[in-house]
Amino acid sequence: MDQLLFGAVPYIAITIAIVGTIWRFTSHRFTWSSQSSQFLENKTLFWGSFPWHYGIIIILLMHIIVAIIPGVLLSLNGSIGFLYFFECSGLALGFLALFGLVALIYRRLSNNRVRAVTSTWDVIVLIILIVQVVTGLGNALLYKWGSNWYAASAVPWIWSVILLKADPNFIGTLPIITKIHIFNAMVFIAFIPFTRFVHFLAFLNPLKYLGRSHQLVRWYSRSERTENIRQMK
Amino acid sequence: MDVRAQLSMQFNLDKCIGCHTCSVSCKNVWTTRQGAEYMWWNNVETKPGCGYPLTWEDQERYRGGWELSGSTLRLKLLKGPGKLRTLANIFFQPNLPTIDDYYEPFTFDYDNLFNAPAGDDQPVARPKSLITGEFMDKIVLGPNWDDDMGGSPLYATNDPNLKGLSASQKELLTKFHKLFYFYFPRICNHCLNPGCVASCPSGALYKRGEDGIVLIDQDTCRAWRFCVSACPFKKPYYNWDTGKSEKCIFCYPRLETGQANACAHACTGRIRTVGVLLYDADRIEQTAKSSDDRIVEAMRDIILDPNDPKVIEGAIKNGVEENWINAAQNSPAYNLFVKWRLALPNHPEFRTVPMNFYIPPLSPILHQAKSDSGGCFDPETSDFWNDIDKMRIPLKFLANMLSAGNESLVLESLKKQMAVRIYMRQQRVGDVGDAKVQSVLSDAGLTPTDCEDIYKVVTLGTFEERFVIPETHREIKSTVDPRTMYEKRGTVGFGNKKKELLGRSW
Repeated sequence: MDQLLFGAVPYIAITIAIVGTIWRFTSHRFTWSSQSSQFLENKTLFWGSFPWHYGIIIILLMHIIVAIIPGVLLSLNGSIGFLYFFECSGLALGFLALFGLVALIYRRLSNNRVRAVTSTWDVIVLIILIVQVVTGLGNALLYKWGSNWYAASAVPWIWSVILLKADPNFIGTLPIITKIHIFNAMVFIAFIPFTRFVHFLAFLNPLKYLGRSHQLVRWYSRSERTENIRQMK
Repeated sequence: MDVRAQLSMQFNLDKCIGCHTCSVSCKNVWTTRQGAEYMWWNNVETKPGCGYPLTWEDQERYRGGWELSGSTLRLKLLKGPGKLRTLANIFFQPNLPTIDDYYEPFTFDYDNLFNAPAGDDQPVARPKSLITGEFMDKIVLGPNWDDDMGGSPLYATNDPNLKGLSASQKELLTKFHKLFYFYFPRICNHCLNPGCVASCPSGALYKRGEDGIVLIDQDTCRAWRFCVSACPFKKPYYNWDTGKSEKCIFCYPRLETGQANACAHACTGRIRTVGVLLYDADRIEQTAKSSDDRIVEAMRDIILDPNDPKVIEGAIKNGVEENWINAAQNSPAYNLFVKWRLALPNHPEFRTVPMNFYIPPLSPILHQAKSDSGGCFDPETSDFWNDIDKMRIPLKFLANMLSAGNESLVLESLKKQMAVRIYMRQQRVGDVGDAKVQSVLSDAGLTPTDCEDIYKVVTLGTFEERFVIPETHREIKSTVDPRTMYEKRGTVGFGNKKKELLGRSW
């Protein structure tokens, strides 16, 4: 069972994510974003969107950074002060994200206007996210020093997946709630191309904005044919 | 000198009768789609009034446009350290107007009028929201909610242009014998220094180099909505259904084939003219940085004389085609804004360097010189010329709207309009006297030829005189979208949205 879930599913999920992302970017560029509903409702959104995004972005970045340099964290965690700081701030950010997510779910369910622009995909997105955040917080609360054994057991598994020799034994002994967390993460990856999750792949545009000049000019007589003209001819 | 061409529209506010034909023709062509019901790329407001969306001119609330911070120009939206502040607000925008600042789009339950079961009462058609499809208790706002100063104590009193008016002048809102209002049609200004373009993190907005039209690339737009906030005129609209912003496209599929804009073409009062301006793109920033009392003059400076050989040479070097240069030489835009100095930009103090111009309204000539003391105005005995600054509409109000508070520019334009009337009266009726006409003309700085020309373009102008629009020669350009406007109708020029897999959209 573990062999299937943590040996094969990661590759299925990653394949779906890569192929699907390329397909959507090339054929459905128009939909490549997260549709905003702030225009229809902006009071509850404030309490949802801000805490959610800032909480989850930092936590996700920490997962990625530790996955890249697990040794650094393990040695830093040797100091009890840092361990406490790291775990507590992670927990606080997790609750911040959970608070935001609950506000967002409440908003989608309770506001008629927002419901009018809610698709089935949005519901799937919210289910995946709430499962991920709740299991993540469960890990942190029930099993002590998650940051240590994330670096010690889950990270080697991630590397084994990346190096194409997935070895479920690294995580075979982890508690069930952690396994749900990991499995759900793969579901999340598989759904990236089909849902509003694609919007975090659009982060390069805002970064380009920091460097570009304020005004943009396009010359139709000096440029290549644009996409829609190619479609028409 | 970097010579570029810019399409520009001018509005003669003196003649606008507020019939909304422009708005309706624009809507029929471009925005009759779900998500776009509330969009009025062209709208007509009553001034004094709140406008659409409500109090859009109040930049303390919406923070649109630019401000000078020392010697640098920055978006008002970004209070903090430059662009980083934009990105910090990317998940929630504090200054974004919501649908309640426009209105909830609605239809009526007409079906009930035909299919109601027999009963004692007349069946009614209740309003229904076009967003949720549910019945609405009542309609609380619409696109022209304060039309003709309706509800002015509630709405028009909040007009930001009333700032700086005396209590007695503000009585134009409440006292019948002082009452004054006029109509104010608005489209996107296709600015030289657009706030919308500068604020877009995706780089979806751009200004077309060839004709200066500002467009939104629908495939690049990622729904960040900064354009809506950063535009001080609130002319980009967020389509809540597709999740993309849309704006006035200056009817470019029509203009490219030499037709006038749908709004201008339909205008029953013939108040609109469209023409080409040549401007110096190197000086845009310097112009936008001018002080409030200088900014209109700076805008006139940046517009180049299309008959100057150096300008023509620069234009040819930059790829401006011959028919565009010819159009610029016969341009009503150049004549009204620069040559005759009749037209003025809307809110130049927002520093976007807007490229549509308005001739301030002169009528009714009724002034309040006598109405202050309760008497009636007697046009036979009054001297129009000397009392022009005692008109009902306070100069300050027009100046706040059209010249960043500079009353002398508005007065200059009104005096010129009046001089043309006096000159024409002498031509037709002959009861003014040549000496008087002479003094009035020299006072206003017009020649008899100018008067004839102004008279012609603002009253009798034929289609070709009002709309001097060069064609784009799409037939020899492979990079111009070849579709006619009928193919593009209702699609913002970018094709219909594709059907999705599951649910209504991604």
